[in-house]
Amino acid sequence: MSFSQSFRLALKSLRTSKMRSLLTMLGIIIGVASVIVIISLGDGMNNMINSEFEKMGANLLQVEVMSPSPSRTVKDEQMYALAQENPGLIAAVSPNVSVRATVKVGSETYSASVTGVGEDLPVIQSVELTQGRFLYYVDVDRMQNVCVIGAWIDQEAYNGAGLGQTLYINGYAYTVVGVVEASDPDSGPTSYNDNQVYIPYTNATRLNGNATITSYLFAATSDETNTRAKAAIESRLEQLLGDEDYYMVISMSEMMSIMGDITGTVMTVLVAIAGISLLVGGIGIMNIMLVSVTERTREIGIRKSLGAKHRDIRRQFIIEAGTTSAVGGVIGIALGTSLAKLVGPMVGIEAAASGVAIGVAFGVSVAVGVIFGYLPANKAAKLNPIDALRYD
Amino acid sequence: MSHLIELTDVYKIYHMGDTDIHALDGVTIHIDRGEFVAIVGQSGSGKSTAMNIIGCLDVPTSGSYFLDGVDVSTMEDDQQAEIRNRTLGFIFQQYNLIPKLNVLENVELPLLYSGADSVTRRQAAMAALERVGLAAKCKNLPSQLSGGQQQRVSIARALAGNPSVILADEPTGALDSRTGREVLAFLQELNREGNTIVLITHDNSIAVKAQRIIRLSDGKVIYDGPADDPKAVVQPHEPGEEGEAT
Repeated sequence: MSFSQSFRLALKSLRTSKMRSLLTMLGIIIGVASVIVIISLGDGMNNMINSEFEKMGANLLQVEVMSPSPSRTVKDEQMYALAQENPGLIAAVSPNVSVRATVKVGSETYSASVTGVGEDLPVIQSVELTQGRFLYYVDVDRMQNVCVIGAWIDQEAYNGAGLGQTLYINGYAYTVVGVVEASDPDSGPTSYNDNQVYIPYTNATRLNGNATITSYLFAATSDETNTRAKAAIESRLEQLLGDEDYYMVISMSEMMSIMGDITGTVMTVLVAIAGISLLVGGIGIMNIMLVSVTERTREIGIRKSLGAKHRDIRRQFIIEAGTTSAVGGVIGIALGTSLAKLVGPMVGIEAAASGVAIGVAFGVSVAVGVIFGYLPANKAAKLNPIDALRYD
Repeated sequence: MSHLIELTDVYKIYHMGDTDIHALDGVTIHIDRGEFVAIVGQSGSGKSTAMNIIGCLDVPTSGSYFLDGVDVSTMEDDQQAEIRNRTLGFIFQQYNLIPKLNVLENVELPLLYSGADSVTRRQAAMAALERVGLAAKCKNLPSQLSGGQQQRVSIARALAGNPSVILADEPTGALDSRTGREVLAFLQELNREGNTIVLITHDNSIAVKAQRIIRLSDGKVIYDGPADDPKAVVQPHEPGEEGEAT
């Protein structure tokens, strides 16, 4: 039996009994579609997380000091000194001081997150300015009342003309010297992503009424030096604080790989669950193939009397099972990709089904058909031609 | 030179509970190239078993069967399949065409299993269809043809592989008498062209169209001779089966 004729016959019988074929393929269709949806959304989520991390700075090392006593603290000079002593490892450092403050323009209050930072923050994190400049060293050194604001505040408070205007933080007047680009330039600024106000950290500690800085941001010089930079920072903190419980250094690349591991595990579990559907689909195919073998006992007898060997019959039925599940797989892929495109935007993920995922899904569906078609095909191959010819 | 078909002292014994049923009970049959032989017998005479063994669909319990000089009595399934494919052409009572395949595809089947390429297949199948006068119907499905036409398609299929023996099992059984006569005439014509034909039937009026009759009863050969001998058509008396043979 030639491959092409088996294939053509299989397609023909799929066409002639549409309802039965659809029901046979249903398990495969659902299984493949759910695998595709899961992988598409999972990949989309990974891409989203990665790009968020990229924005925060892939080489970012975040230092949190949790010293219980005011005597054991880490001073900004000490951290700047550390960076200067390790130019090959650390590209930049910036204190990171959150300020609980009310931000007012005129009489209007805006919900903004005010953060005191150093002038090197743009080296550590991506801070794209659409207007003006970022903070300078002199601003920090001389505690100038200047600020850089997010695109949302610029738009809401100043209608996009905030540069050079005045902003009141806890009643102190600050001059806007720069405006940060919207986090997603395509969809425009949002109230929760683009409401930042950067001020010199020296001003921030004064506003907080507390000179102790507990959070620093470092940037390693590259991916390769990340681990060594982290070690250098940790050993210095150990030296300064004397207890590893008093500090924490979070590496963004480690976070990324942890997140990657988590999403990977979750996806594996979900795909495995969807795989059960493929298994059930395979059993469905096996069931219908067994029925088909019985229905076509006479045909098998005829073919055998004409010289079909075991393997000819076996191949014919395996190709039929494989074709059925392959067609189911193609339908499932089409359904899955369109479902992912539909659902993705609803949950805020840009679904991306990779070619590899589609190829694997197709391959798996064919394999399911071939594996589960083997038993019925073998049954057909072993039929006794005399009995088969006599079968009605 | 040896005979084309050479069954020597063939037994086929089925075990039914405690009793053994001798479907073939020491049968010796020799058939030569170019013969037209009818194997006749009532139901239960063993003719179907004989046909299965001659057709390499079954193996004897004991005894030897040489087909075209090859011992086929001890072969495995797949070897038998190959012998059937190369040496035998079957014509069945129920035509046994595959309903989903068109006429041409049905006739191509034996060539498909012999591994012939598509061009050879098409040519041989079309030639066989022309031989039975149905080339014009090659794209039709079997269900679109009359019974006589379907039987001619099955004859074409039997011819397509150019077999040494054509084995016809009650080929007229499902046809009306006029179409049946046509099919028989066609088999005689094939025989005149040199084909060896073995016809299995319970019907004397059909058997006499052959040159030679082998009559089986109770698994034994009770007559083996020319078809025009009056003794060839004498039915053995078997109680309870009088009404069955026609």
